[in-house]
Amino acid sequence: MIENRPGLTLLAHLVLMAGVAIVALPVWVAFVASTHTATDFMSGTIPVWPGPHLVENYARMLDAGVSTSGTPPVGTMMLNSLVMALLIACGKIAISITSAFAIVYFRFPLRQLAFWCIFITLMLPVEVRIVPTFQVVADLGLLNSYAGLSIPLIASATATFLFRQVFLTIPDELTEAARIDGAGPMKFFRDILLPLSRTNIAALFVILFIYGWNQYLWPLLITTSSDYYTVVAGIKRMADAVDGLPQWHLVMATAMLAMLPPVAVVIGMQRLFVKGLVETEK
Amino acid sequence: MASITLDTVGKIYPGGTRAVGDVSIDIADGEFIVLVGPSGCGKSTLLRMIAGLESISEGTVRIGDRVVNDVEPADRDIAMVFQNYALYPHMSVRDNLAYGLKNRRTPRAEIDRRVAEAAVILQIGPYLDRKPRALSGGQRQRVAMGRAIVREPAAFLFDEPLSNLDAKLRVTMRLEIKELQRRLRTTSIYVTHDQLEAMTLADRLVVLNAGRIEQIGTPLEVYRKPASTFVAGFIGSPAMNLISRRAVPHLPVAAQAGTIGIRPEDLSVAPDGPIEMEVLAVEELGAQRLVHGQTGGERLTVAMPSDAPLSDRLRLSYRLGSLHLFHPETGRRID
Ligand SMILES: Nc1ncnc2c1ncn2[C@@H]1O[C@H](COP(=O)(O)OP(=O)(O)O)[C@@H](O)[C@H]1O
Ligand SMILES: [Mg+2]
Repeated sequence: MIENRPGLTLLAHLVLMAGVAIVALPVWVAFVASTHTATDFMSGTIPVWPGPHLVENYARMLDAGVSTSGTPPVGTMMLNSLVMALLIACGKIAISITSAFAIVYFRFPLRQLAFWCIFITLMLPVEVRIVPTFQVVADLGLLNSYAGLSIPLIASATATFLFRQVFLTIPDELTEAARIDGAGPMKFFRDILLPLSRTNIAALFVILFIYGWNQYLWPLLITTSSDYYTVVAGIKRMADAVDGLPQWHLVMATAMLAMLPPVAVVIGMQRLFVKGLVETEK
Repeated sequence: MASITLDTVGKIYPGGTRAVGDVSIDIADGEFIVLVGPSGCGKSTLLRMIAGLESISEGTVRIGDRVVNDVEPADRDIAMVFQNYALYPHMSVRDNLAYGLKNRRTPRAEIDRRVAEAAVILQIGPYLDRKPRALSGGQRQRVAMGRAIVREPAAFLFDEPLSNLDAKLRVTMRLEIKELQRRLRTTSIYVTHDQLEAMTLADRLVVLNAGRIEQIGTPLEVYRKPASTFVAGFIGSPAMNLISRRAVPHLPVAAQAGTIGIRPEDLSVAPDGPIEMEVLAVEELGAQRLVHGQTGGERLTVAMPSDAPLSDRLRLSYRLGSLHLFHPETGRRID
């Protein structure tokens, strides 16, 4: 729909600006808070403009962290988060693309059953199965490990469905041409399917990376050693200062830092991401 | 290069649909065979059984001396050109051509030589490094043919390769395919629903109807002596008039004939002709004119020069020996 009336254009811009303001305001407040000292922020009036302590606050968080809350330096936590998010995103993509490949291209017995089993896991996110999953992970000795942080979150019905839909849009003739060209199933997967799903993989990677990065409940539950704290769960621990007021300026600095990797991933993969969401031609 | 032999081949799809039945054809080495018939008559199914993309329910398919019923498509030594081209969208034209050869572990130098050769034959040299999406329909068609040529297969299989092109391009590509096949002398099986395409390309035509062979013959044999009313109505444009004998009781034809076929171009206006037609509509085609009308309750079409006189009622005569007679029940030709 293309409209060319100035009044509508103005309205559209107003709506967009309102949307941006609603999204951006909390981020701005967090940023401002992270550039002041603790006392400035507690004085009753919230400052509107950044203060002079930006470098000092961020350097402190990256370097030492807040010892009173028992969290390690932000750098360590960010690294943990990064490892977890990457493991989850890559693991989910690897598992779902291969299972979608099996479901779409192979006629094996109990194929429908396999399909429905995957479907049913949609109804069982971590939060629902958290107690038994914790039990299993604990029994396997995976508490306080990267494997424990990521593996229970890897199984993914949604990603499997996405790839299934992508594969279904690939014309049968292409599969047949590859068969005549002597490409066996694995070669077909590697030479044809993977390159054709490239943009979808990228789009999914962005979404799953952010999903993994933002995991909160699960890491909070299974990490007891500060070596494995993730940054999102760490913020919560910092805000829970036991003795005294939470050091909001430092918490906010951590929050700002925690936002950076997802933003970087989105910006870095933006072109592929958008292509993956809108591209239909195969 | 090889001959291809189909022996009582049939196909029953899971679910019980019979798509093809009792098809036997001997295709000589280097021959250009066209499978023609209306949409849904089983042409693609038959071709895909030869290609190995569809399992063979009945009978045997032989390529050369080898029964290939259980041989994988890649090992049948055939190449196929699809209607939608089926080019790999993410590969350059060069890689599209080379992919099958790479999979067969053809040496690099040999691949380059064959790709270069095909590029010259098909004049796709300038596009070798483009992606298929940056090509026009006609160019994609050539690339699809190139992919078949570089394989140097025993047989080419074409499934309506020109259907996605505009009418003009279809005519030129048709000619190019014919010339190419002449030059390479590779056994070819070509599927189309377009009887004109079939007539111009084929060494021999195979007319299919509802999964069965109606007639096999050279284009002229099929045109001159259609074996059944189905073939008579399908081959030739404008279509042959098929009228019940009762509509023209005074024509001197054999007693057992039920249906009489007359080609529109075999009819002409004559003041004392034996057929009287009431004119219903006229189509001007430039070089000639088609007059549609009826006689004795049956539709009739006449092709006449565009300067022939017209009136509401015409008397028509037919060229001697141009009547085709068909059996009233079976629809088979009577000679
Ligand atoms: N995979 C299939 N399963 C069941 N029936 C099919 C399948 N493919 C084709 N058919 C049926 O077989 C008949 C012949 O199809 P097809 O060979 O594609 O015809 P054509 O190529 O001559 O138009 C049609 O009636 C069609 O409905
Ligand atoms: Mg077809």
